[in-house]
Amino acid sequence: MDVRNTWDQWPDENGRFGEFGGRYVAETLMPLILDLEAEYRAAKQDPAFAAEMDDLWAHYVGRPSPLYFAERLTDHFGGAKIYLKRDELNHTGAHKINNCLGQVLLARRMGKTRIIAETGAGQHGVATATVCARFGLPCVVFMGATDVERQKPNVFRMRLLGAEIVPVTSGTGTLKDAMNEALRDWVTNVEDTFYCIGTAAGPHPYPELVRDFQSVIGREARAQILEREGRLPDAVMACIGGGSNAIGLFHPFIEDESVRLIGVEAAGHGIETGEHAAALNGGQPGILHGNKTYLLQTEDGQILDAHSISAGLDYPGIGPEHAFLRDTGRAEYLSCTDSEALDAFQLCTRLEGIIPALEPSHALARTGELARELGPDGLMILNMCGRGDKDIFSVAGHLGMEI
Amino acid sequence: MPTSRISACFEKTRAEGRAALVAYLMAGDPDLETSFQALMALRENGADIIELGAPFTDPMADGPSIQLAGQRSLAAGTKLADVLALARRFREVDSETPLILMGYANPVHHMGYDSFADAAATAGIDGVITVDLPPEEDAPLREHLAEHEISVIRLATPTTTEARMARVAEGASGFLYFVSVTGVTGAGAADPREIAPKINAARRISGLPVCVGFGVRSGAQAAEMAKIADGVVVGSAFVDHAAKALESGHFADAPAGMGRLARELSEAIAEAAS
Repeated sequence: MDVRNTWDQWPDENGRFGEFGGRYVAETLMPLILDLEAEYRAAKQDPAFAAEMDDLWAHYVGRPSPLYFAERLTDHFGGAKIYLKRDELNHTGAHKINNCLGQVLLARRMGKTRIIAETGAGQHGVATATVCARFGLPCVVFMGATDVERQKPNVFRMRLLGAEIVPVTSGTGTLKDAMNEALRDWVTNVEDTFYCIGTAAGPHPYPELVRDFQSVIGREARAQILEREGRLPDAVMACIGGGSNAIGLFHPFIEDESVRLIGVEAAGHGIETGEHAAALNGGQPGILHGNKTYLLQTEDGQILDAHSISAGLDYPGIGPEHAFLRDTGRAEYLSCTDSEALDAFQLCTRLEGIIPALEPSHALARTGELARELGPDGLMILNMCGRGDKDIFSVAGHLGMEI
Repeated sequence: MPTSRISACFEKTRAEGRAALVAYLMAGDPDLETSFQALMALRENGADIIELGAPFTDPMADGPSIQLAGQRSLAAGTKLADVLALARRFREVDSETPLILMGYANPVHHMGYDSFADAAATAGIDGVITVDLPPEEDAPLREHLAEHEISVIRLATPTTTEARMARVAEGASGFLYFVSVTGVTGAGAADPREIAPKINAARRISGLPVCVGFGVRSGAQAAEMAKIADGVVVGSAFVDHAAKALESGHFADAPAGMGRLARELSEAIAEAAS
C-alpha cells in the first residue's frame, strides 16, 4: 500500500500506524481497551455525543480559540507571516482540556464512575480534575513525587478541584512512573474506573481518540487561515512531548501535501549530552506503556529518564503516529535545548505580550529559522498550546531572579 | 525437546495426584551468584517449575515486591543476556526442571526476537511469559520461539470472558497462567471458590494445564489453590527473601530462606492432594 495516499486511514484495525502503535498491555486490560474501542466507534456515530462536545467546547472551554497574526514576531524574524493558534486561552490554560472533555464524556457513556489520570507538569491533571468537578466524578491523579514538589501551584489547584493526588515514588518518581502507577490502578479497579490518558500515546485506541479530540485545533486553524489569508499555510509547527497538541494541529492538514508538518522535541541540555527528551531524534523503536514507538532506552532495552526544562515534555516516549510520520517523512522533527526555549519564552513575552508555556517555547525557538527559510511570502502557524503562568517560578529560578 | 520438559513435569505431578509448585525469582536480585544458589535451593526443595524474572525499568503489572526486586537487579547491572546465562548455568546442573523466562517486551524486542529465541534455546529455556504481549501482539515473537519449540505461556485473568479465552488459548502452549485477581503481583489473594469455574473453563477451552498465581504467599493458601489448579505460582513471597538478604548483608540467607519457603509450599501442596 502506498501510505502517502492514505494518511487519513491510520490506524489500521490492529491500532497500528505502519509498524507503530498496537495494544501492548497485560491481558487483564485487553477486554477493557476492546470495550473502549467499541464504545468510541459508537460515540463517533452518535450526533448527540458530538453535540454535547460542541456545546461544552463553545461555552465551557471557550472554543474556537483565536488564530492571531503575530505581527511583531513576524517583523522581528523578517520572514514568513507567523500566526499563533491561541489554545493557551482555553479554560485551564492549555490544549489538554480538549481531550479530557472527550474522554470523560466517553467514560460517562460507558457507565464508569471513577476517573484516573497521570500528570507530569500538572496541566493534564488540572484539566482532568476540572472536567471531573464539572461532572461530579471522583478523580485520582498520579504524579511523580519529584513533580509534586516542583509543581505545587498545580497540585493545589487539583486539590481545590476535589481530586486526590497520589505522589508516585516507585521507579524514578517521574511522569513515566506515574503512568505505570495509573496502569497498576486501572488493572486493579477494572470494573468502575476509566483511565484518562493525557497524550496521544498508550494502547490503541488512545492514540486515535486523543488525536481525534485534539484535532479540533487543526480543523479550526485550517478554516481560520483560509478565511484570513485565502490559502493554506506553508508550514504548521508545534512542540512535542507525547505529541497530542502537535498531532491535533497536524492531522487536519495531513492530506494537504503542500503543508509542512514540523514538530519540535525537547533537547534538554543537548541531545549529545544524553540529557534530553527527544525520543525521535535520540531514541530507538521499542515497546512501552501499551504502544510501539520511539523510546529513550539503553542498549539493553531499559527505559531511560528523560530531561527537559519543561515538565510537560519530560517523557522518554512519543505518540506512535509521530513515529510513523517521521519514518515516512510526512512530518519533520527538530529539537530545541532548555536555554533556547528560555530565550524564546522571553522573546515572545516581550514582543507579543503573550507569556507562553515552556512547552510551546520550544517550537517558538525554531520559528525564526523556519520563517526566514520560507521567506516573506511564506505563511506559517504555530500552536500556542499553553500559557506560561505555571512556569513563572521555574523560569525565575533559571534566570536567577527571586519572586 | 524443550516443550517436553513442561509436559513431562505435569505428567509427573498428575501421576502423583498433586499440583505443581511454580516458583518465581528475579534473576540478579541481589546478584547473579545468589540467584544461582537460590535456583539450586528451589529445585532441591520441591519447586517443580521455575520462573526466572528478567528485570525491567517499568514493570507496570507488578506490585511493590517485584518492582523493587527488578530495581535491585538492574542496580547490580543485570542484563537480559545475564539472565539467559544464568538459565544456561542452571541447565548444566538440572536437565529436568522446566525454566520459564518472565519479563516485559522491550528488552526482548530490543535484543531482536530472533536473536532472543536463539539465545533462549541455547540457554535451555522452556517457555516465555511476556506480560505486555497479549495474543494480539505476540505473533512475531511466537514464530521465532516456535522454531525452537519454546512455549509461549499466555495469561488469563478474571476479566477474560469465555469468548476471549478461546483467543487466549489459540497459539498458547505449555500451560496457561491464570492471574487470580484483577491487580498487580503481590496483591490480595483471590477466593478459590470464586475462581474455580474460570480455571475449569480455561482448562477445558485450552486443553492445557492451568497454573494459578498472584497473591499466594503461604502454605495454607497454596494448598487451597492446589485443589482447583494444576499448578500454583508463588512470586513476591520468594522475592522478599532477596530483599531481606540485601538489607542484612547476608546474601546466603536468600537461598536458604527461599529453600525453606519452597519446602513449606511443596509440602502443603502434597498434603492437599492426600
